[in-house]
Amino acid sequence: MSAALSPPEDRGGPAQPLLSVKGLLKHFPVKKGLLGGVSAKVRAVDGIDFEVLKGETLGVVGESGCGKSTTARLLLSLIDPTAGEIVFDGERVGSRALSLKAFRRQCQMVFQDSYSSLNPRLTIEASVAFAPQVHGLPRREAVARARDLLARVGLDPRRFAERYPHELSGGQRQRVNIARALALQPRLIILDEAVSALDKSIEAQVLNLLMDLKEEFGLTYIFISHDLNVVRFISDRVMVMYLGKVAEIGRSDDVFSRAQHPYTAALLSSMPSLDPDNRTEVAPLAGDPPNPIDPPPGCRFHTRCPLAEPVCSAKEPPLAVTDGSHRAACLAVQPGSGHSLAPPAAGSEMAA
Amino acid sequence: MTQPAIEIRNLRVTFAGVVRAVDGVDLTLAPGEVVALIGESGSGKSVTLRSLMRLHPPRRSKVEGTMTVAGQDVLAMSQRALADYRGATVAMIFQEPLLALDPVYTVGEQIVEVIRRHEKASKAEARARALELFQKVRIPSPERRLDAYPHEMSGGMRQRAMIALALACRPKVLLADEPTTALDATVQIQILLLLRDLQRELGLSIIFVTHDLGAAVEVADRIAVMYAGRIVEEGTARDLIRGPRHPYTIGLLKSRAEGALAKGSRLDAIPGSPPDLAHLPPGCPFAPRCPLAIDPCRADRPPPIPVGPGHTARCIRTDVSPTLLSPASRSDAAPA
Ligand SMILES: Nc1ncnc2c1ncn2[C@@H]1O[C@H](COP(=O)(O)OP(=O)(O)OP(=O)(O)O)[C@@H](O)[C@H]1O
Ligand SMILES: Nc1ncnc2c1ncn2[C@@H]1O[C@H](COP(=O)(O)OP(=O)(O)OP(=O)(O)O)[C@@H](O)[C@H]1O
Ligand code: SF4
Ligand code: SF4
Ligand SMILES: [Mg+2]
Ligand SMILES: [Mg+2]
Repeated sequence: MSAALSPPEDRGGPAQPLLSVKGLLKHFPVKKGLLGGVSAKVRAVDGIDFEVLKGETLGVVGESGCGKSTTARLLLSLIDPTAGEIVFDGERVGSRALSLKAFRRQCQMVFQDSYSSLNPRLTIEASVAFAPQVHGLPRREAVARARDLLARVGLDPRRFAERYPHELSGGQRQRVNIARALALQPRLIILDEAVSALDKSIEAQVLNLLMDLKEEFGLTYIFISHDLNVVRFISDRVMVMYLGKVAEIGRSDDVFSRAQHPYTAALLSSMPSLDPDNRTEVAPLAGDPPNPIDPPPGCRFHTRCPLAEPVCSAKEPPLAVTDGSHRAACLAVQPGSGHSLAPPAAGSEMAA
Repeated sequence: MTQPAIEIRNLRVTFAGVVRAVDGVDLTLAPGEVVALIGESGSGKSVTLRSLMRLHPPRRSKVEGTMTVAGQDVLAMSQRALADYRGATVAMIFQEPLLALDPVYTVGEQIVEVIRRHEKASKAEARARALELFQKVRIPSPERRLDAYPHEMSGGMRQRAMIALALACRPKVLLADEPTTALDATVQIQILLLLRDLQRELGLSIIFVTHDLGAAVEVADRIAVMYAGRIVEEGTARDLIRGPRHPYTIGLLKSRAEGALAKGSRLDAIPGSPPDLAHLPPGCPFAPRCPLAIDPCRADRPPPIPVGPGHTARCIRTDVSPTLLSPASRSDAAPA
């Protein structure tokens, strides 16, 4: 096999995060007003910090439009950040030590939209074999790898290899996208709603496959999804976003069983009941998210939060540790924040 | 007996002469009934809905069988009758509203246009109806939002706008192809509750395609499960969730992530891959993957076998199929 396509090496060792994001910010300029005169900006991602550890799966959840896909595209350098820094295994992306090209090979993405991400003029075998050939793998080997990957995502190459994207169902197309992302043997794969178009049985096969491949190739995943059951199942840690900010982040079990942020709590209780005799009668969270052009002052969730108090619109809660590695951006759980539900500040406890 | 809202008999759809995408679907919906269509990816759910709208190009596809919607014979309609039928009798909503909405017109303009194409209404009258529709689908500040372009709306709001557009000509039947798949849980439940309210308020019949059993249970009276171009099991939502009888349905219920016990455990996926629709085996199409398959399964297509009131399964072994529901999988079919 071509040396250009053997899996890239680990540099900083297991303790060094694979990805470290600091102050990441993306504001999209948009025209406001009829004549397009006044320009405004959509604060799609508005200052977030987080790390992705080697070999883990970080789940990302949050309301439509909260900035999950924008974050993913920033991580892959598909768009330029307005501000902030992305460090991959100790090296800043785009620095001399880690060129954009070298980084892109190690980091792949499977998109939400299965239609627009496949070339309609290529058979699916050719689509999957394309990138490895561009990176120097001989055609025969690339095709063999493509056929192997198609079989592994549950698309028998004897039947499907020669088909074009429009001859597949939505779920079949999405599996082609997963095979394509794996073709370069990357270290990090960002899956943006990658399994949401699949039926539960194929989804289970693909999730099992993702876990096998992770083990086999030492992969790290960022898994963006609206399906909270799936996120809970596959993620080691979970990040909850709201309107361009991180609301909560922590170990998956902690977030799902002891949610600290009221938005997370509303999200979790919006999961369908699966009980025909006890259907949901009232949506736990009403209304739509505020406009990201003009987010509310203070805590961004205060316009919809059942626990909001005046202090919430005055003061922006930092993302602070609540216990262990669990962090949340809510004044109600932050000592001394001035919220009536806040635990007493450590200092005042000593004084008493 | 009242006339059914939808009656599909032996629907067969073939592409390129060989791909049997739909292979004998029978489905009846009473007025005001909501049926969720779930099942294997590629089993023909979307093709069935598109057939009801007569959207398959006749040159590249063959559609056989009969479909009657609100008393109208869908396959016999002239092009003119068809233009009326789409929108005024049956309307469809999709997973991705951006594909249905035109990016260069405001949502309000699009609704006005649709109303005026079907009815004699002045611009002002149509606009008033559009506003009413926006209120009905609960879009906040509806007056202002009528003048918004699709890309200026959030995902949930766009989906509401598409529902408003679909309802513009007061259809009797709504076909919804995975309308909440792209939405987060908080918005999904809002849309599901909205669909349920609209069904109650307007007496709409709805076919709701989804992969999310939870979503199906939230809105549907009945659930129909598709496999390889056929409905293999059909029953009330309660019967299907609590007492599934077709081995494929049982496999589907067991493969859900919420059933998985511990992190790192594997999901109980159905082994093998879906059948090749161009070369279907002669007997039960699920036989190559079915843990209960025996020789007679491979001889003939199993007919729908009644297993309870209004509950049928196309399987000749429904007497033993409940054994596939191990105790562990039973508990995961109950609410968490
Ligand atoms: N190119 C762009 N120009 C202007 N605004 C944009 C652009 N791309 C995204 N946005 C806006 O940025 C915000 C975040 O969008 P993003 O697609 O990241 O959300 P998301 O969390 O992935 O949502 P979903 O769950 O619906 O996929 C939204 O308000 C969106 O409208
Ligand atoms: N235009 C077409 N030409 C050839 N085959 C097609 C065409 N459209 C669909 N098919 C095939 O018909 C079958 C049924 O497709 P359909 O889109 O109805 O599946 P589905 O049940 O909606 O699946 P999913 O859950 O993945 O959306 C699939 O095998 C698909 O590959
Ligand atoms: S800071 Fe206040 S408004 Fe924000 S989530 Fe906490 S309680 Fe709610
Ligand atoms: S008919 Fe036979 S092969 Fe088909 S589902 Fe029933 S037991 Fe399995
Ligand atoms: Mg997104
Ligand atoms: Mg479909």
